[in-house]
Amino acid sequence: MLLLALDTATPAVTVALHDGTDVIASSSQVDARRHGELLLPAVDRVLAEAGLRLDAVTGIVAGTGPGPYTGLRVGLMTADTFGLALGVPVYGVCTLDGLALAADLEEPFVVATDARRKEVYWARYADSRTRLTDPAVDRPADIAGQVAGVPAVGAGALLYPDTFPRAHGPEHGSAAALARLAAERLAAGEELPAPRPLYLRRPDAQVPKNYKVVTPK
Amino acid sequence: MPDEPLVLGIETSCDETGVGVVRGTTLLADAVASSVDEHARFGGVVPEVASRAHLEAMVPTIDRALKEAGVAARDLDGISVTAGPGLAGALLVGVSAAKAYAYALGKPLYGVNHLASHICVDQLEHGPLPEPTMALLVSGGHSSLLLSSDITSDVRPLGATIDDAAGEAFDKIARVLNLGFPGGPVIDRYAREGDPGAIAFPRGLTGPRDPAYDFSFSGLKTAVARWIEARRAAGEEVPVRDVSASFQEAVVDVLTRKAVRACKDEGVDHLMIGGGVAANSRLRALAQERCEAAGIRLRVPRPKLCTDNGAMVAALGAEMVARNRAASDWDLSADSSLPVTDPHVPGHGHSHDHVHEVSKENLYS
Ligand SMILES: [Zn+2]
Repeated sequence: MLLLALDTATPAVTVALHDGTDVIASSSQVDARRHGELLLPAVDRVLAEAGLRLDAVTGIVAGTGPGPYTGLRVGLMTADTFGLALGVPVYGVCTLDGLALAADLEEPFVVATDARRKEVYWARYADSRTRLTDPAVDRPADIAGQVAGVPAVGAGALLYPDTFPRAHGPEHGSAAALARLAAERLAAGEELPAPRPLYLRRPDAQVPKNYKVVTPK
Repeated sequence: MPDEPLVLGIETSCDETGVGVVRGTTLLADAVASSVDEHARFGGVVPEVASRAHLEAMVPTIDRALKEAGVAARDLDGISVTAGPGLAGALLVGVSAAKAYAYALGKPLYGVNHLASHICVDQLEHGPLPEPTMALLVSGGHSSLLLSSDITSDVRPLGATIDDAAGEAFDKIARVLNLGFPGGPVIDRYAREGDPGAIAFPRGLTGPRDPAYDFSFSGLKTAVARWIEARRAAGEEVPVRDVSASFQEAVVDVLTRKAVRACKDEGVDHLMIGGGVAANSRLRALAQERCEAAGIRLRVPRPKLCTDNGAMVAALGAEMVARNRAASDWDLSADSSLPVTDPHVPGHGHSHDHVHEVSKENLYS
């Protein structure tokens, strides 16, 4: 098994290679505005570090968000197209699950990333491998009751200390953690879903009521 | 000819997910998935809706194009993609797909200009472009007069709209008339039964001191809307056919008059018209008439090649390969305001040879 994992759903552009036993190479660069430019060179670097070619990969793992759409799509489109060109399966894993695994906690906690517009993408976990709730997008103050008293990880938690007083790292998505999760689940005989973007919000668009009259009154 | 470059082109600058395959100047496939129906109720293209649709449609559309062309991905000589101008988020989906596809196949990547692609597509219809080529590009996003001596390296803007694009004016007037979105085809239809001389709408920027090759459609749009509102205020019925025909006549009169003048001034004996508005029947007819009168040869591709599509991007990509232009780098960006003077986005280093850094060879060689 050789999995190539990508995640661009948070400010980090992250790439990792997993050989079925462990992560053998990885890269993470934090730059929220340059996902499109950074991802392919990062893949190239990670492959070079492992001394492997892309056609050795047996599966692609993509972080499905939730995350800011434009960046999220860079990873998903890249993963889908790699899958097409190489004829290998593409698996989707929730980006928050990767953060949860990277947090390495054995107690209940919350993962929250920055959803901009004063909101967070978040979910609750029983431990690092067990998510309890579907990912959601909310204003921190509106979920304070649901996240009270437990530790929180992710940049969204660190941004809003009033709601998440016990916030700490890791801050951003991790392809290495996604690759580990996918490798574990595949080894356990689980089927992984095809990647579907978790947008959680409708596109901003309003149906116009009527055109604006131009004749001066 | 079998030794002509075989190129797959990807276009996602607006609401069409286009994937085309060409061999040199021969069209092999033109697969398009449009999200236009999803935008109709918003009266215009919603960028986020378009971007989501591109992500969904891309892989099936690439598949369809290759099947239609009857070629295998490993036989491609290059992948080209619209790098700009266009909607930033939409462009980025196509650029991401093209980079991943080119990288995985070990093929060179060419980020190309959307406007230059609109011109180059005519090679698939009428053979190699004359040099220089005069081009009138008219669509919902652009209205420009361009002169190109080499479509891969030299595109010179002579003029452009200073406000609305021509296609935008069609959309807005259709909305005032409650005809829905997009406006071009429906206004064309009504206009055929109307009198183009019924109402004298203004011709923007046609005065003796106005810039010779620039366009303006904002004043026309306002004049038409006021005319309609006055009828409505007076409780009169709006003659939709005559308004459509008279408005359309004002647009195509200015477009063709300026395009023919540019040809004469520059001593160019042919004119190509591209972009979605080139599908307008009156524009085609009047351009034909005026070009004939002026001894200019008119080249207009079939309507499906005028609207946004992947074949036009493939056509320009094939020309880049044929003329040995430098490929783009793996960090190619989507540039929503890529200048028309940049037909493509070459890589910055010379060391980059577009094969895998590790293997130093083509994956399939
Ligand atoms: Zn266009």
